[in-house]
Amino acid sequence: MSVPFESHGESVPEIRLSNLTKRFGDVVAVDDVSLTIGSGEFFSLLGPSGCGKTTTLRMLGGFDLPTSGRIELRGRDVTRDPPDKRPVNMVFQSYALFPHLDVAGNVAFGLRRRGVDRREAQQRTGEILDKVHLAGYERRRIHELSGGQQQRVALARALVNEPQVLLLDEPLGALDLKLRKRLQIELKRIQMDVGITFVYVTHDQEEALTMSDRIAVMHHGRIQQVGRPDDLYDRPTNSFVADFIGSTNLLGGTIEAVEPTSAIVRLNSGDRCVVATTGARPGQTIQLSVRPESIGISGANGRAADPPGPDYLPAQVEQVAYLGSAVQYLVRTHGGLGLTVLAGKNGSRFASGDAVALAWSPADALILGDRAEAVVEEAS
Amino acid sequence: MTERPSRWLSGFAALTYAFLFAPIVILVIFSFNDSRRVFIWQGFTLDWYPALLQNDRLLDAVWITLQVAALAVVGATLLGSLLGLGLARLRFRGSGGVQTLLLLPMVTPEIVVGISLLVFFSQLFGWNGSMGQIALAHITFCISYVAITVRARAASLDPAREEAARDLGASAVGTFRHVTLPLLAPAIAAGAMLAFALSVDDLIITSFQAGVGSTTLPIAIYSSIKFGVTPQINAISSIVIALVGLALLISWRVGAFRGPSARPVDADAEEGSA
Ligand SMILES: Nc1ncnc2c1ncn2[C@@H]1O[C@H](COP(=O)(O)OP(=O)(O)O)[C@@H](O)[C@H]1O
Ligand SMILES: [Mg+2]
Repeated sequence: MSVPFESHGESVPEIRLSNLTKRFGDVVAVDDVSLTIGSGEFFSLLGPSGCGKTTTLRMLGGFDLPTSGRIELRGRDVTRDPPDKRPVNMVFQSYALFPHLDVAGNVAFGLRRRGVDRREAQQRTGEILDKVHLAGYERRRIHELSGGQQQRVALARALVNEPQVLLLDEPLGALDLKLRKRLQIELKRIQMDVGITFVYVTHDQEEALTMSDRIAVMHHGRIQQVGRPDDLYDRPTNSFVADFIGSTNLLGGTIEAVEPTSAIVRLNSGDRCVVATTGARPGQTIQLSVRPESIGISGANGRAADPPGPDYLPAQVEQVAYLGSAVQYLVRTHGGLGLTVLAGKNGSRFASGDAVALAWSPADALILGDRAEAVVEEAS
Repeated sequence: MTERPSRWLSGFAALTYAFLFAPIVILVIFSFNDSRRVFIWQGFTLDWYPALLQNDRLLDAVWITLQVAALAVVGATLLGSLLGLGLARLRFRGSGGVQTLLLLPMVTPEIVVGISLLVFFSQLFGWNGSMGQIALAHITFCISYVAITVRARAASLDPAREEAARDLGASAVGTFRHVTLPLLAPAIAAGAMLAFALSVDDLIITSFQAGVGSTTLPIAIYSSIKFGVTPQINAISSIVIALVGLALLISWRVGAFRGPSARPVDADAEEGSA
């Protein structure tokens, strides 16, 4: 496929990772990761601890060399460049501030090393401190600052250099929940303000969903899925993503009968349900993801009126938890399948032991891709 | 779970301290004794201190001691700091053994060190005692102390700080100069003070290396004791104690000053994987 000319509108991506792999001895920390990240994007690497997020970020920053693969920034190969030769700055998880320098000394560090003269460095330091709401803190020592303030100094110290890309490794991880929520919003505001590409590492799915334009979900060093937050939530391609982004009920089963736009699934518990699908084959084993909030719950008697689904599962409430804005039920179907159901607190309430009917719209039962064949285990 | 120390324990501690410091206290007291020889209190005087200034032999020894100490401090601090940093950073086959080896000069009997250095210098270089030789000997036994102090500090530093410096555009050399060195400075200063204290009061190792015209203060004091302990000796000893005590105090103060913190303040929430 030879294309004689590059089309004019097409620009080189800000970051392109090609088949990036990193081994530490026997451990494959990052396994064949390929990604492109666009200019000005807020891009997150999301996954549980130990899945290779930090290692990926460190290779982008030049602190770890890849075992194989390639890193390009705006088309330039930087795979083997040292950190001081990349137009990239990093906000470290530990902040890594310099305790022997004051706030201004920390922030101006990069400018001074790059030969910016004292006057200009001072001015730009003042401007960036203003932007992170730390104006007037220039002469403070690092240990005199709170965790949140230190975090902002680390951010200012990186941003003042106006890098092409800013790397952030769980920058809010050490802060308490309330402060974290506030700084999430602030960080997003700053990112939109400066227009720099952010690559953000976090294990907190809520944080990633709140802030990101796109997210790459990682597991065991591999990318599971890349997409916008709503993509990942509504259309996860495998059970890991479905379970990691939000929470879900994973149900194993077999296609029993096929209709033009739907199929009847016999779950491993023996229960039956309808899913919206095309192209399923009878006898195919599949895995379904059904979000707790997609499951309608009603009293066993009034079932015909309430839930929208064409079919229903009779079940019994085992546990009830009031979550403030919603009620969470742990229920068990007559077939023995355990499910989590999230209901609005304004609907009818049930107590443990009540007989209920469960139903969901066929479109809300998502057939998961890659693992469908492998899953035998029941999700109870 | 903090209990008040038992009366017995405090008493025992007090006794131990008394045992440690009583001789020194007596020595200092008798440096103010208005009597020439005997250990009988005859009244208070400050005469012995100004009298020291008349004693040329002793003053020469002080001067030599200070020169030796200066050389020893500079040499041992330079080499010991680099060694300490290297040991903290480099992981190589047998690095554990090398670390242990570092303790050897501290536990080897001084007389063995003294003789071995004497043999080394005289057999290989044909030297037979000089100030330079003493300084070299002091450097060799001071290196361990400096290296151990600096290694401890270097090992406790968050490596991300140096990575941050590189990230912000500093070269490897620039990172060392602007980040690593300032962060190690308290430990280096503490090591230097320790080296000073060790050099100033060393007798045994020094006596094997001393030649004509290179009598250090401890040697001078030791040899004059053969003619009896005079209050002048007590006076100069008191000054040495004060000096060494001061060096140790400074060493302890700057060493205990872990900077605002050697570790990141807020980032105690380490990632579970690491
Ligand atoms: N310097 C290293 N030496 C050996 N193993 C490492 C090193 N850094 C990371 N690893 C391993 O690589 C894997 C990925 O680690 P990391 O990238 O830190 O994960 P995350 O940031 O997602 O928690 C983990 O199994 C970790 O133990
Ligand atoms: Mg990490």
